[in-house]
Formats: sequence, C-alpha cells, structure tokens
Amino acid sequence: MLRGRRRMECTLDAQSLISISLRKIHSSRTQRGGIKLHKNLLVSYVLRNARQLYLSERYAELYRRQQHYPDGAPLLAMPACPPPPAASAAAPPELAALPLPPDTQDREARSCSAVRGGAELLEVPVCAAPPELQRAPCRDSSPAFYRASSAGPGPGSPPGLLYAAGCDFGAPHCSSRTTVLDLDTHVVTTVENGYLHQDCCSQCPCCCQPAPGLASPPPAPGTKRKYYPGQEEEEGVEEGEPGGGGVAGGPPFAPCTKRARFEEYSAEHPQDSSNISNLISIFGSGFTGLVSRQQADSEQPLNGQLCSKQALASLGAWTRAIVAF
Amino acid sequence: AEADIISTVEFNYSGDLLATGDKGGRVVIFQREQENKSRPLSRGEYNVYSTFQSHEPEFDYLKSLEIEEKINKIRWLPQQNAAHFLLSTNDKTIKLWKISERDKRAEGYNLKDEDGRLRDPFRITALRVPILKPMDLMVEASPRRIFANAHTYHINSISVNSDHETYLSADDLRINLWHLEITDRSFNIVDIKPANMEELTEVITAAEFHPHHCNVFVYSSSKGTIRLCDMRSSALCDRHSKFFEEPEDPSSRSFFSEIISSISDVKFSHSGRYMMTRDYLSVKVWDLNMENRPVETYQVHEYLRSKLCSLYENDCIFDKFECCWNGSDSAIMTGSYNNFFRMFDRNTRRDITLEASRESSKPRAILKPRKVCTGGKRKKDEISVDSLDFNKKILHTAWHPMENIIAVAATNNLYIFQDKIN
Repeated sequence: MLRGRRRMECTLDAQSLISISLRKIHSSRTQRGGIKLHKNLLVSYVLRNARQLYLSERYAELYRRQQHYPDGAPLLAMPACPPPPAASAAAPPELAALPLPPDTQDREARSCSAVRGGAELLEVPVCAAPPELQRAPCRDSSPAFYRASSAGPGPGSPPGLLYAAGCDFGAPHCSSRTTVLDLDTHVVTTVENGYLHQDCCSQCPCCCQPAPGLASPPPAPGTKRKYYPGQEEEEGVEEGEPGGGGVAGGPPFAPCTKRARFEEYSAEHPQDSSNISNLISIFGSGFTGLVSRQQADSEQPLNGQLCSKQALASLGAWTRAIVAF
Repeated sequence: AEADIISTVEFNYSGDLLATGDKGGRVVIFQREQENKSRPLSRGEYNVYSTFQSHEPEFDYLKSLEIEEKINKIRWLPQQNAAHFLLSTNDKTIKLWKISERDKRAEGYNLKDEDGRLRDPFRITALRVPILKPMDLMVEASPRRIFANAHTYHINSISVNSDHETYLSADDLRINLWHLEITDRSFNIVDIKPANMEELTEVITAAEFHPHHCNVFVYSSSKGTIRLCDMRSSALCDRHSKFFEEPEDPSSRSFFSEIISSISDVKFSHSGRYMMTRDYLSVKVWDLNMENRPVETYQVHEYLRSKLCSLYENDCIFDKFECCWNGSDSAIMTGSYNNFFRMFDRNTRRDITLEASRESSKPRAILKPRKVCTGGKRKKDEISVDSLDFNKKILHTAWHPMENIIAVAATNNLYIFQDKIN
C-alpha cells in the first residue's frame, strides 16, 4: 500500500513484474470469494508482456555472448532448454544469420518504458505470418505485437533463437502437449492429447508413454513430477453442474524437444532468476487465446523455432489452474 | 470495519430514495425529507429509512468456494404501488426486495390479546370488530424473489428493462435474461465462454439495458470494447448489432495497456442517444450511431499514467470506478483517489475536482475545488501526486435523476451534496 510521501517510481524490470504477477495469481487462489477471472486475466496479460520483454532481453544477451565466443559459449541459464552438447556448435551459424534488431542491443532496457522497445521488437512484421493466424476461434484481434512472435524464422523472431542454442534439432515429437502448473501443489504436469505422461524431453524425444486419463505416470528417473488427480480441473462447469474433472488436451503445437528440468515453483524465492526462467519455460505452453492459435499449427521445420513459438506463446497452462473451479 | 465499506449506491426513479449496499451484505436505504414548514432547512436531507441484511456469506461445497456477501449492485424497480422494490445482487444470487411501510396496526382481535397471546375461547363472551389504529412508522423489507444458481462466474451487473417485467444479470462470461416473476429459470442471451478456456481473451465487465428500447442492451468487455445487441435478431445475442471500439494508440503501449483499457462501467444517457464508459484513466461518451470512436473523452487522472507500475504493485490498477450522468445528460461524474471525484460539464467543457472528506464537508459548506499538481512547482492548495492517498478511493457515485443532488461513497462513508439552496 502506498503511504504518505512515498515516491511512486516506475522502476520495475520485466523480471520483477513477472514475479509480482505470479504472486498475485497465487494469492488470488486464497482470497475470499474465489478466483476472480477478470483480474487474473488482466494479470496474465501483464505477465505475457513482461515475459516477452524478458525473453527478448535474454536473447540479446545470448547473441552478444555468441558474438564474443563464436566457437561455443559458456551457456547462460537459458529460460527453456539446457543445451545439449552438440547444439552449441550448431547454434552460432543460426544466430549469425539473424539480423539483430537494434532494440535488443540496448542493455539498459530495464525499466517499464523499455517494454516499448520490446514491443516494437516484436511488432516487426514477419514475412511468414501465416494467414491461418486469422482463423483462431477466439476473437483475439491482437496486432502484430503478438503475431510476430509466433512467426517462424525471420527478423521478427529473434527470441526464438534463444532456444535454438539450447534445443535439440530435428527430433520428431509428440504434439498436443500442454504443461500445467498446479498452483495448489506447485507441481508440474505435462498433458498430451488428454493423456498424462512424463517429461518427454528428458528421455527419448519420441517419448510418449501415455497414461490414459488421470492415472499417475510412473516416475521417471531424474524427474520431479507428480500429479494429483482432482487437483487439476478443467472449468467446464455449466450452470449448476459439478466441477468437471479431467484434463483436456492442450492445443496442438510441437514443443521444444529439450526442456529444462522442471523445478518446483517456489513462492519463497520470487527474485531467484533461475526459478523464474524455469517458470517461464513451464508456462511456455499456450495461453493460446492471447496469441493466435495458429502459431502452433503453422508448418515449421522441427528446430529451435518450435521452441520459440511455444515459449512465446502465452500462459495458457495456468489459465486452467486459475479457472480450475 | 471492512464490512461497512460501501459497494454500491443508487437513487430510485423519483430520487426520493437512495440505496446503498456494503461489503457485509447489508442494504441501507435513505429517504429524502419532505418539505416541512417548521424546519425549512431540512428539505433535501436524506435520513435512514430502512436497513436490512440482503445477503449472507455462503459456501459452495461442490467447489469449496466461499461466496462473498458483498452487494455488487442495487437497481430499483419503477414504483407501481405504495411499496418499493429493488434488486440487489452479490456474486451469485439476485434478490428482489419489497420495502413497505406500516403505520397502522389492527387492534381488538377476538382470538388473541393485544400482546398476541391466544385468548381462551370459552372466555369470549362478545364479538368485536378490529379497528385500525395509527402506530409509529415501521419500514419492513422482505425478500419476494430469489434468483439463484444461474451464474457460474461472478455477477458484475444487473439492469432492469424498460418493459418493467424483465431484467438482465451479467457475469464474466454470460448474460442471462430473467422475468421478475419467475425464479426457476432464466434465458442465456450472451455467452462468450470459449470452448477451450485457454483461449479466453476477454470477459464481460458491465451490461445495461437501453432506457427506452426494451430489445436493446449493451455490454462492455475487458478489452475496452462495447457491444450493442438486439434481442429481436436472435435468441442468443453472441453476434452484436454494433461494435464500439476506439483504436489503440500504439505510442502509448505499455505493460499495462490491457489493464487500463478494460472498461469498468457502462451507462446509457437518460436520452438513450449516448452511452458512457469508464476505463482506468478516462471517461468516454459514445454516440450510439458512431462505432469507431467516442464523441467525447475526458481524462480523469492522467497524471497516474506514469505511475502504473506502482499502481499495479498495490493492486489499485484493478479498481473499478463507476460513472454517472446527471438528469439532463449535460454533466457526468466519476470518482478518483484521495477521496476526489470529478465532474465534467459536456457543454462548457469545464471540469471540476472535489473532495469528499469530513474536513472539507461541514454541513452547508461550499465544496472547494481541488487540484492535483502534476509537475513543476506546487502551488498553494495543490496536492502533489505523491501525496495522494490511494486507499481513499471513490468508486461509487450517483446523481439524483432530476435535481442536482449527488451521493458519493468514500470507503465506508456516504456523502450527499446538493446545489446551494437559495
């Protein structure tokens, strides 16, 4: 609460905004009267805006490092994919091919006003924006602010190459994956086509040992994932109906083949940047209503750009958590 | 106390009654004093007329959700007989209340005593006719209808139709049409819930029936758009007849663009020709015949635009301000922070900022205009932006339908101001 003479200064950077927003969403779960859909929707917009700036800043950092170490950089804590050993060599040529928008070079872009820089970055119209972007059933009329982020290779999607450095290439992958963070238990689940399965990426990219319905998946070595049936509930409640159970499959898009280890979201360390980075990758699955749904469907070669689309897709996973009542 | 925070204010059609609802689920109705020769100055004063508990906290066991008893909206029905009727709603349930006066009491019953005890029939030797005797005025409120179980999401608006038979209720994703006599069913007339909730991009924030055309209503969205719907065109009004949206100014884009463009209130003018919308920083007047931009825009507190970060941190950016017209549609009013409220004269384009506080509101005192210093040297009597108290917010205001009397709710206090009496 603001008091008295405290000066109101707008000095939040994207990272703080993300953590503040996540805290708001988390605390809204315990507020009287249930989850306020309107407020959480607005918070998710801020979260998405902040994340896009955050990711573009990370990309800029990565690019600078790659420029500095053309033969393989010591890797940053990448927001999504831990780098496979082979990928780093493949990454620089990809990155070098990209013309870097001038905005991302500005490391001072740390204040609120910098979001304009980030926004302009993403507003660059991209050649490959598919016309299917218009087809989305949602009434989203978002301008290029969002569409550019979803397009494939090209100057408008440098954040995509954020993941190019870290992602495995060319692996066929299961589609229709959605990753969901349960805000109650702080546990991450991946849902695919209505099935639960383990962390695909930590094993064979072709993965899929789907367990139908809500059964708990067998724990995979090295993964910390649990699912509590009943915690996640799709908001399919019509008037008077009891809360719908089951988890619907997410929108179809091909996620990154290599994912960061999913750590449990810790509300006690909101300033921990690696936690926030991981959280961003967790939320890489789509709040596809905010971005055109078609970004996931557009045909792209399986490479890092897929990760980009997913990462830049907004925060659909916990919309479900938000509306889980 | 938090339960005393006023959450809605509404004059009735004649302006003689003023209803307030609070967070504790109570409704307090004020009545205007009639002219009285012995107390000429008391004309125009509003005194408490009736108080009752409209809603209680409830618990939805199925969803493990507590349902707040806070009164979100009150709407009066046009008066048809001696009693008064109003609709009050919390997040889930709408109730129709009848407020009636009792100033006579029957005395001389045969079967019971004056204190109500039954008389022994064998003791009754003669019959008498009960007579009506005057008594102290008693105002009773009784719930006549309860409209429940029709909303999955939180109800934000109710609006009585000009046909005086139906009304609508709106939550985040749906709008339902009710008949005032029928409580066990309602018709869903707008449903914007997407098949996949992950595709949700906007919610309904307010809805209102047109004041004269009983088939027309509007609803506003969190994206800053307004849709006008005609119930004659189809049963489900998912497709609008008119779509009002002002293109966003790309140069003012920020992290919080979506939040500040969300419309918190929409009100038709009394004439029915215009409507007014309130978003976080401005009030806009729209001509129903022009969809692509408002005809008038008034900045309420533009100096907050550079403070949006802090207002986001302390949640003030989510405050939902209401707005209202005066009886002749020549002026509009809305609230702000620091217990300030703003009035805009549409004809002269003049605006004024006033404060609702005890210090500045001695009875009969004239309100002094206030000014917020937006930069540079602060003049005497000006208030700097940094010393505004953001806990003192005026979200709810109401204007008498015919006279220049306004009701302003400042947290848990109600202020009633009127034009100088000559």
